[in-house]
Amino acid sequence: MSLYSAETRRLTKRRFTKLFLLGVTLILLAVAAGMFFTNEKVGPEQIASAQAQAQQEFQRSQEQFQRDMTQCQADQGTAQASNWPPGCEGMVEPTADDFQAQWFMPPTFDFRESFPDMVTTLAALLALVAFIVGASFVGAEWSSGGMMNLLLWRPQRLKVLGTKLAALLVFFTALTVVFSAVWTGLFYLIAQARGTSESMTSGAWQSIGLMELRGLALVIVAGAVGFGLASLGRHTAMALGVTIGAVIVFQFGLGTVLSLASVKFAEAYLIPIWMIAWMDKEVKIEDYNSCDFSSANGCVPDSLTLTWPMAGGILAAVFVLIVGAAMWTMRSRDVT
Amino acid sequence: MTAVLEISGLQKTYRSRKGVRRALDGFDMTVEAGQVHGFLGPNGSGKTTTLRTLLGLIKPNGGRMAILGREVPESLPEVAGQVGAIVESPQFFGNFTAQDTLSLLADAGGVHKDRVVAVLELVGLRDRAKDRVKTYSLGMKQRLAVASALLKEPKLLILDEPANGLDPGGIREMRTLMRNLAESGMTVVLSSHILGEIQLICDSVTIISGGRRVAAGSVADVLKSNTSSSVKVALEPGVDMRNAIELLRANGAQVTVEHDHFTVGNAGNPAQITRILAEREIYVSELTPVSADLESVFLQLTGTAPVEGQNRQVDQTAAAPAPANGGWGQ
Repeated sequence: MSLYSAETRRLTKRRFTKLFLLGVTLILLAVAAGMFFTNEKVGPEQIASAQAQAQQEFQRSQEQFQRDMTQCQADQGTAQASNWPPGCEGMVEPTADDFQAQWFMPPTFDFRESFPDMVTTLAALLALVAFIVGASFVGAEWSSGGMMNLLLWRPQRLKVLGTKLAALLVFFTALTVVFSAVWTGLFYLIAQARGTSESMTSGAWQSIGLMELRGLALVIVAGAVGFGLASLGRHTAMALGVTIGAVIVFQFGLGTVLSLASVKFAEAYLIPIWMIAWMDKEVKIEDYNSCDFSSANGCVPDSLTLTWPMAGGILAAVFVLIVGAAMWTMRSRDVT
Repeated sequence: MTAVLEISGLQKTYRSRKGVRRALDGFDMTVEAGQVHGFLGPNGSGKTTTLRTLLGLIKPNGGRMAILGREVPESLPEVAGQVGAIVESPQFFGNFTAQDTLSLLADAGGVHKDRVVAVLELVGLRDRAKDRVKTYSLGMKQRLAVASALLKEPKLLILDEPANGLDPGGIREMRTLMRNLAESGMTVVLSSHILGEIQLICDSVTIISGGRRVAAGSVADVLKSNTSSSVKVALEPGVDMRNAIELLRANGAQVTVEHDHFTVGNAGNPAQITRILAEREIYVSELTPVSADLESVFLQLTGTAPVEGQNRQVDQTAAAPAPANGGWGQ
């Protein structure tokens, strides 16, 4: 326990940790402020204004239609007739339905509809911070010689690395839980002030809670992967280098190659789609080069649905592989 | 006396694409309780590898090690609380203060926080304890490293180059500290290249070269058993030194010419020198045995004495000559 508390203290005392937490807090506050100022609450006044604007647009379009029809008819038999549909028959007269008031409504924050995107934003930012802080936490220890000092005090390699990892993951778990709670509360208040939360049912709350839990899992895996990679390379740069390499190879290189080779469902080989599948519960990829014909629906492209259990399996495999490799090398490699 | 540290037949081999390198080749070492023990060896001889292996940082390929009577690395977690160590240059996280660094180590090792203040005072860092380590000089980092090793009041203190970077006052303070610690019952193993210091501080030494022990015992015994039978010879003023040297060389003496005297390196029986020279009516004005110091013994045993016109490479050692028992003239 003393080692665990020492490691927690070491993590929270680090300037790097403090700076990144401050940075992510400022970014999140900026996002929340942006959402607050770009949305507004919709009341009878806004509805009336939108309806008036829709009506105005409808009238303007009708007038334009009449002018165009007159011009078309006047141009018949002249060289300008080619600018119009033959016999002015294809011209469509606007209807009131083409100008619905809802399209002229000011942006409003519908908690049920918009908050899931905010949960993904929070999870992505915290996962990034967890990855970098996790990598730096152990990488700086290796490169500064701190790890060797620690092993002279506690010559139990797996215990030392495991305790460090536990301290990191518990810290980020607590941080994510607190941030998620504050984030939810903040956007609930934004919805109250600049939108609506009326459609929130207990099922909707449960769904948001589960999404935040998936976000927590993403943060934990990102932290563990950063930690594991830096421990494998015994330097922070190892984790960052591998990540940059993976982004270049997977996102740009592999993406381009698969696209050139016209591989079916090429997106399924890229990392972001799996992150979306994890957070949004599922994502559907369609192959627009294929045709699954049915007499009822005609030509429908083939599709592949990636689900959160599939994405969860990949996250778990990455976690086990990298943390396992870090532990194995910690146990077997000399500390020089 | 009981052995606090025992190493026998220790082996460590590094394999790489360039081939196999034996860093430790059956190395033996014993340190008795309450001693200040010098651990000497040229660069690349295996000193740091030995200390790292002993402290569980490197896995050996063979041999046996015991600390305070317990086999290591198996029992290292149990004895680690009684062993304070710094290995190679002091390395700390630069953004933490000395106080933070020691306090975190104390936490990790279950040591009472009061010890942090005590050891900072002991190594002279009390007034700089709240400065970040990256602002420290090498000597201050060295003091901090010693403080970290002393934090848990160890029975065995292992210090690798503790005087590195210290100013002359610091070196003297370190010497006094080592002595005081030994007098309080602590056993100190000291690795250093400052052989004059080792000779002053240490009760016993082990000398390693090429991964093997080449000498061990009390400082006096090591000096005695490896002292050459050299004598310094000076002649009466005005006598041609070259005749005398040629005469002695013709009789098998190994003569080294100095500015106003010469040295006979294998003078097992110095009387032979006076007899040979006196027969040609050359009379010596001075005939003094050349006393060896630890440095010359070290250079002799490790084969690392500089040779004029040659650049010795790291890992390059000449075969150590056999100790001069007897020699020319006997």
